[in-house]
Amino acid sequence: MNLEHPASRRGFLRQTGLLGLAVSAATFLPRMAYAAWNKAAFDAKTIADVYKTMGVEAPTASAEVQLIASDIAENGAVVPVEAISKIPNTTQISFLVEKNPTMLTAQFDLGPDMLPEVSTRLKMAQTSNVIALVKADGKFYTATKEIKVTLGGCGG
Amino acid sequence: MGNPMKIRAASKDGVTEVKVLMNHVMETGLRKDPAGELIPALFITEVTAKLNDKVVMQAQWGQAVAKNPYLGFKIKGGQPGDKVSISWKDSSGDSRSDEAPVS
Repeated sequence: MNLEHPASRRGFLRQTGLLGLAVSAATFLPRMAYAAWNKAAFDAKTIADVYKTMGVEAPTASAEVQLIASDIAENGAVVPVEAISKIPNTTQISFLVEKNPTMLTAQFDLGPDMLPEVSTRLKMAQTSNVIALVKADGKFYTATKEIKVTLGGCGG
Repeated sequence: MGNPMKIRAASKDGVTEVKVLMNHVMETGLRKDPAGELIPALFITEVTAKLNDKVVMQAQWGQAVAKNPYLGFKIKGGQPGDKVSISWKDSSGDSRSDEAPVS
């Protein structure tokens, strides 16, 4: 923005007007539990960055979170995993694979009608820790399990 | 539009167990074709599950959900005759919706 030229005043006003609109639109949008796809989190290359982009602070390992998967995955292209949370008010369950090129694999936002149990199948590039990350009452809890992969799922 | 999903929803003891099998390549963008060219990423990014038109779960996915994704979850409530619908959107903007009755 060039404020030195008086002629640019109109442009300046137009821009601030637009900005104002954008800001008020953002303010008036209802606080959706279901946000748009969190690209930054899915692109993150370190656990710290994944947590930062997901708004996760200091997750604690919890025996109340169960990560069910076999110890050995013969085929890294299809690794069944299931996460069950016994923590009340669980609103989110995510799966992270530590040694994948991008770690965050899936995030499930659960409405009040859901039981806190989800299962899916992941791809794993190599033997790695898999983390089930649970959000309950705004706090984060994890369960971690190492899954050995005998054949990577991201080969070309 | 993608290919149809397989959805099974069964109600038992006040809980509806839903199993979904989607039809999608879930391409990571890291694989190479036989000519050595990178195959562009194409994967499901968002999944929504509804019971009788009410959203019960919304998921965000990355590249590393396995090809032809499987999804299993449980909904409190639901009775035979209710309707479970699943929709997804992928990284190209393509989307698909399917539904199945609760049995």
